[in-house]
This record gives sequence, structure tokens and C-alpha cells, in this order.
Amino acid sequence: MAETVLTHAGQSTAQLEGWRGIAADWASDQRAFKNVSWGKAMMWIFLLSDTFIFSCFLLSYMTARMSTTVPWPNPSEVFALNIGGNHIPLILIAIMTFILISSSGTMAMAVNFGYRRDRVRTAALMLVTAAFGATFVGMQAFEWTKLIMEGVRPWGNPWGAPQFGASFFMITGFHGTHVTIGVIFLIAIARKVLRGDFDVERRGFFTSRKGYYEIVEITGLYWHFVDLVWVFIFALFYLW
Amino acid sequence: MVDIPYEGIAGIPPAEVPEVELYHPRSWWTRYVFSQDAKVIAIQYSLTASAIGLVALVLSWLMRLQLGFPGTFSFIDANQYLQFITMHGMIMVIYLLTALFLGGFGNYLIPLMVGARDMVFPYVNMLSYWVYLLAVLVLASTFFVPGGPTGAGWTLYPPQAILSGTPGQDWGIILMMSSLILFIIGFTMGGLNYVVTVLQARTRGMTLMRLPLTVWGIFTATVMALLAFPALFVASVMLLLDRLLGTSFFMPSLVEMGQLSKYGGGSPLLFQHLFWFFGHPEVYIVALPAFGIVSDLISTHARKNIFGYRMMVWAIVGIGALSFVVWAHHMYVSGMFPQFGYFFATTTLIIAIPTAIKVYNWVLTLWRGDIHLRVPMLFALGFIITFVNGGLTGLFLGNVVVDVPLSDTMFVVAHFHMVMGVAPIMVVLGAIYHWYPKVTGRMLNDVLGKFHFWVTFLGAYLIFFPMHYLGLLGVPRRYFELGDTAFIPSSAHSLNAFISVVALTVGFSQMVFLFNLAWSLFKGEASGGNPWRATTLEWQTPETPPGHGNWGKELPIVYRWAYDYSVPGAAEDFIPQNQPPRATQLVQGAAS
Repeated sequence: MAETVLTHAGQSTAQLEGWRGIAADWASDQRAFKNVSWGKAMMWIFLLSDTFIFSCFLLSYMTARMSTTVPWPNPSEVFALNIGGNHIPLILIAIMTFILISSSGTMAMAVNFGYRRDRVRTAALMLVTAAFGATFVGMQAFEWTKLIMEGVRPWGNPWGAPQFGASFFMITGFHGTHVTIGVIFLIAIARKVLRGDFDVERRGFFTSRKGYYEIVEITGLYWHFVDLVWVFIFALFYLW
Repeated sequence: MVDIPYEGIAGIPPAEVPEVELYHPRSWWTRYVFSQDAKVIAIQYSLTASAIGLVALVLSWLMRLQLGFPGTFSFIDANQYLQFITMHGMIMVIYLLTALFLGGFGNYLIPLMVGARDMVFPYVNMLSYWVYLLAVLVLASTFFVPGGPTGAGWTLYPPQAILSGTPGQDWGIILMMSSLILFIIGFTMGGLNYVVTVLQARTRGMTLMRLPLTVWGIFTATVMALLAFPALFVASVMLLLDRLLGTSFFMPSLVEMGQLSKYGGGSPLLFQHLFWFFGHPEVYIVALPAFGIVSDLISTHARKNIFGYRMMVWAIVGIGALSFVVWAHHMYVSGMFPQFGYFFATTTLIIAIPTAIKVYNWVLTLWRGDIHLRVPMLFALGFIITFVNGGLTGLFLGNVVVDVPLSDTMFVVAHFHMVMGVAPIMVVLGAIYHWYPKVTGRMLNDVLGKFHFWVTFLGAYLIFFPMHYLGLLGVPRRYFELGDTAFIPSSAHSLNAFISVVALTVGFSQMVFLFNLAWSLFKGEASGGNPWRATTLEWQTPETPPGHGNWGKELPIVYRWAYDYSVPGAAEDFIPQNQPPRATQLVQGAAS
């Protein structure tokens, strides 16, 4: 959706002040959010709903952690790696976090090049983002494997509260699913960008809607959200 | 014609934003089955919800047979009774009412009432229905799996929901959770569509404060559902993991069948918090669309503008917001920190304020109105009465000290059936009588409709009003049979038998309604485009039933609010929303 600017954006009667003005703006003609396309509005509202899902997961985990009567395993130790004889706490998670946040950077650049109609750079940066995301999921798979080898299960672990494994697999699994879906979408959209679908407004296979470069930005919104959620998981699960 | 406050929008054509690209069906399959047209999806939603709702209706008959005449029917045992209770509650609340109000009425009315050609993302909208259908099929399949559906009660409280001894522990509970997860996924796809359509796809002139209250009710309920269903989603996932993988999110260590179970350290209270963080807003997800629709029914059939439109809107939004901070009033007896009860009782009672505003405004709309007692109006009046009744008992149950002795008695059953069972169903039925002419082009039979109303309304009262008395006697809910309990007098047993007889009668009278729906489809009187002489946009479509794209060549332009009934000096007693002000004013407006 390139052109969403409304011509004749409704009556410009007396401007209202304060709260009444805000209410009047929101309630005004045709669109509550001017110059916001349907797709972008929908993604924002979806992310709001998804925020509630992650919040419920995290609050449930925190409830379990605070109310358990057996000790909670120390995340610094559980997530430590031995690299070259050095015992480094949380090193894998640190790298994963760095990779995911970097991917947000490349995604933002892809959005920028998308609006400049630079097909090759946009697609390349989206694929780099997808590669970062895939790396993240790969490292998560490594982490899962390591923990499973050490005896962590959803129903118990060698070090303490059984909710540790349950919460860990559930929350990182749910987040990892989000990242995986994001990677799939990034690759699909990158392919469309490279093929020039958005220049010729080619219609989508399923929806038969025309595509616009804004889709890159909408995908980006989702991707940044997934990164942001990870920051909370990182802080509340690993650093606590 | 009359002077209407005029805002300078005449002469400007409605903006067909570039996103409006209708999907044009090319075959019978894409037109009627895998349809992307919101109107067809609405009918699909409504039929599916009604079909599963009929199953729930039959379950209620079986429950009433057992309660009214314990020991008479050998084909109902205690386990089955619990399964009937569970499935009846779950189906009625989620798969019938939520799906019918939002998926059915939402899909049909939102695009028409806001002057859009369709929902913003028709393909996603179509997926929403098919995922919902899958959820319903998974739910229905539990009747046929080994062990049958779960009997944990519709609240599905752990630990008992997943322990052996609860019916449906093998398959029922797993499929129930899966079905709920599917429902939420399907609903989210539809709900995003409804919200974005209302916010971003209105026609020119349709400001939010000119929306009919029906749209306000459905819109607010959808926003709430998008924020409340996540809690149920998370609770379902975690309960499923507890059952399937043996995690202990909700399961404390306990002795099961004489043996220490594999679980330990979980919090059953956590489930209750998650469930009711969804469950209480859910009450209003069902009630707010009913509030909105009933406002329009009353205004149209009393030929009078709705009293206090602006307050009605703010009351809807306020109720929606408040309903997120009252959930623990369902948990006064759960062992919660007692002083929380003070907070939750206060917030609960505050909800009475916007709710009372709405009731007063409905009554004041009727006051000195030109009331036509047609079937939709009868149901609207029935709604007000049952809703006030249910709301008043809500004040009892919102107070901790009154709630504690009444918890888990028939008083609670009477309360929630009045307030979120009978009252919304009244609106659903009234709304069907009201919009059936638009959907089919034919009127429903009036005589059958009046018969249906009186039997349903009086019958519902005779069923649920005595239940308050049973509850005050201390008759517990969810009991298979009362037996020879000393504190329960024999009058309670007679009353139970009476309620059962009435319930069966009311249940069967719904068949008259179904017959009316089918018969009128072919033999009903032709309705024309606007049989109720209503103002809102859906009655102004060029075709009835509305064609693909709703509006023909050009979108309508809206010049006024939705309630211009009986305007003094006007030629007719209604002025449609898309009727321009008189010509002289139009010139003036264009010049200014």
C-alpha cells in the first residue's frame, strides 16, 4: 500500500482542545489512524494480542518460580559453557541475544531500502535477517539438546524445581516458533521483492490482493516484536 | 425536510481507498463454500454455531430430566451428567454465543453498517471460519471418543480436570483443550478483521460517533476478546502440557487412587486466575454485542432516537475496560488473600454504574416513544427485564460476604443464566427477527414469532426465577442428585420437577422457531429493502439481500447519526444515514 494519504481528509471544523480533541481525532471520518494502511493496523493489533499471550506465559512462569518450595536451578550455571577450558556463564544466551538484536538492525535497513525500491539490497538484507533468525533457532536447538542430554525434562530436572524445565521448554519453544514463522515469512517476502512483485503489483497467490513494499515494513514490525519479546524472556528467565 | 446540523462533506465523493480490491468468486465453490464474502461467512458462522448450540440445548434437556426426576432415567449416570454440564456450558458460552455474536452478526453487520464493501482481509476472514469449524468438529468428536467428553465442569479447574476419576480424562480433556486453542486461533483471525474494518474502513462521513451502537458493541467486544482470549490460550496450553507431558504448572503433589501422583509443586490457583482473566471479560464479550444490538432494536421499533447516545458509547467502552479488573470475584471461595476480595468487590460493583446508565437510557428511549410491539421489540423488552433481574442478583454475588454462602448453589446458576444466558439469547432471537428480512428478503411469520416470544420469555422466567429460591435454600449446583439431604425440603424437589417440565416445553418451542426460519425462507412475505423503516446503512443497500460488494457502483456517504427517528418537521418518521441535507444547504455547504 503505497498511497494511503487521503485527499479531502474530512471536515476541518473548529479544533478541539485536550481530551476532547484526542477523542475527536480518533473518532474522525473514515479512519481512526490516518495514513495507516489496513495491513499495518492489523499487524499492530495482532501484536498487542500476542503481547498478552507472552505476558501470560511469563507471569505464569514467574508465579511458578516464586511459589515453588524447592530451589530453582541457577540459570547462570545451567546456561554456562566450557569454551577452551574457561567456564563462561550465560555465554550462549549472550551470543544468541546479540544475533537476534543484530537481525533487527538488518531488518530496519531492509525496510529502508524497500521504500527506495532497491530490490536487490532489500531482498539481500531480508535474507541476512532470516539467516540471523535461523542461526538463533539453531543455537536454541543446540541449547535444548544440551539441556536434554543433562537430564532436563518438562517434568523434572536434576537440580531442583520441575517447573524449571517446563517453563523453559514452553516459553523458549513458543518464542522459537515465532522466530521460525518469521524466518519463513522473511524468505517468502524476500523472494517476492527480488522477483519484482511489488513493482508490478502482482496479486498474491492465496489472497489475490496486490502487493506493496509496505509488506516489508509489516514483516519488520513482526520481527522487531519477536526481538523485543526475547529481551523480556532474557531478562526474566535468564538474568533473574 | 428539516435543518440538520451540517458538516461540510457534501459533494466530496467517498474515497475508494486503493486497498478496496474485492475478491470475485469464479465458481459455485468459491461463492458459497470457500467464500470470502463476509455475508456468506456470517451465515456459515451462524449455522455452525446454531447447530452445535442445538446439541447444547439437548444436553440441557437431559440434565433437567435427571434433576427433575432423579432415578427415573437409567440412561443418565453421574459421569454422563457431569459431561452434559461441562459440554452444555462450554458450547453455550464460547461456541454458540461468542461465535454467533462476533462471527455471525459481526461479519454480517459490520461491513454493511460502516459502509464498507467487505471486511478488510476477506481471505483471513474465510480462514477464520474454517478454523472455527475445525474447532467445533474437534469438540463434537469428544462425544464419540473412548471415555467421552470431559466432565470437569466448563471451568475445567485442575487438578480434578486431568485426574483419573473425572470422566473424559483419557481423550475428552485433551480434545477440549485442542478445540479451545483452535477456536482462539480462528477467532483471532476474524477478530483482527472486525477491529480493523471498524477503525480503518468506514465510508465517508461515518465518524465513530455516528456508528450504530450495534457496531460499537461488537467492536468493543472484539477488542476485549483479542485481549482476553490470550489468557485462555495460555491456560489451555499449560493444562494440555500438564496432561500430556506431565509438567506441573497447575498440579500440586497429591494422592491419586491411593498413590502419590507424578505431579508436584504446581498452582491450581494460577489456572483459576488465567481462566477468569479470560472468563470475566467473556461475560461482556457476550453481553456488549447484545447491549449494542438491543439499543438499535429499541430505537428502531420505538421510532425514537436512542437516549444519550454518547453516554451509551462511553458506557460500552467503560464496561469493557472495567471488566478486566474484576475477574477474581469468581474466586472468593478459592482461598485467595482475603483483602483482595475488597478490591475486586469494589470494582465489580462499580460496573453497575455504566450498566445502570444503559438500562436507564433504554427505558428513557421507550418513554413516550411510538412503540411498535413487533417481535424484535418484544424480545428487546424481554431482554431488559431479564437483564435487570440478572444484574441485580449480580450485586448480591459481587459482595464477598453474600457470595460466600451462595457460591456453588443454584442461585449462581440462576444469576448467570439470567444475565448471560437468557438475556443475550433474547437479543439473538430479536436480532434474527429484525435482520432476517435483510438476509433473505422475506419476513418471518409474525404469529409464530409472537408465540415463540411468549413461550420463550415466560418459560425462561419460570425456569430461572425459582432457581434463586433453590439457591437460597442451599441446593448445590452440579450435583447429580440431591438424595435425602435433611436441609432440603420436599418443596425443592417439586420445584425441580416443575422447572424441568417448563424447560422441556421451552426447549421444544424452539422447534417452532426453526420451522419458522425454514418455512419463511420460501413462503415468507416479501420484505422489501427496509421493512422496519430503519435509518442505518444496512437497510439502504441497492439490493436485498445485499449483493457482492454491498453497495453497487458507489459507496454511500453518511450525513447524520444513526438515530434520526421522528425528527420534527421531517416528511417521514425516519431519515436514513445516507440521506443528504436539503438542497439549499448542500449548496451552502459546498460554498463554505
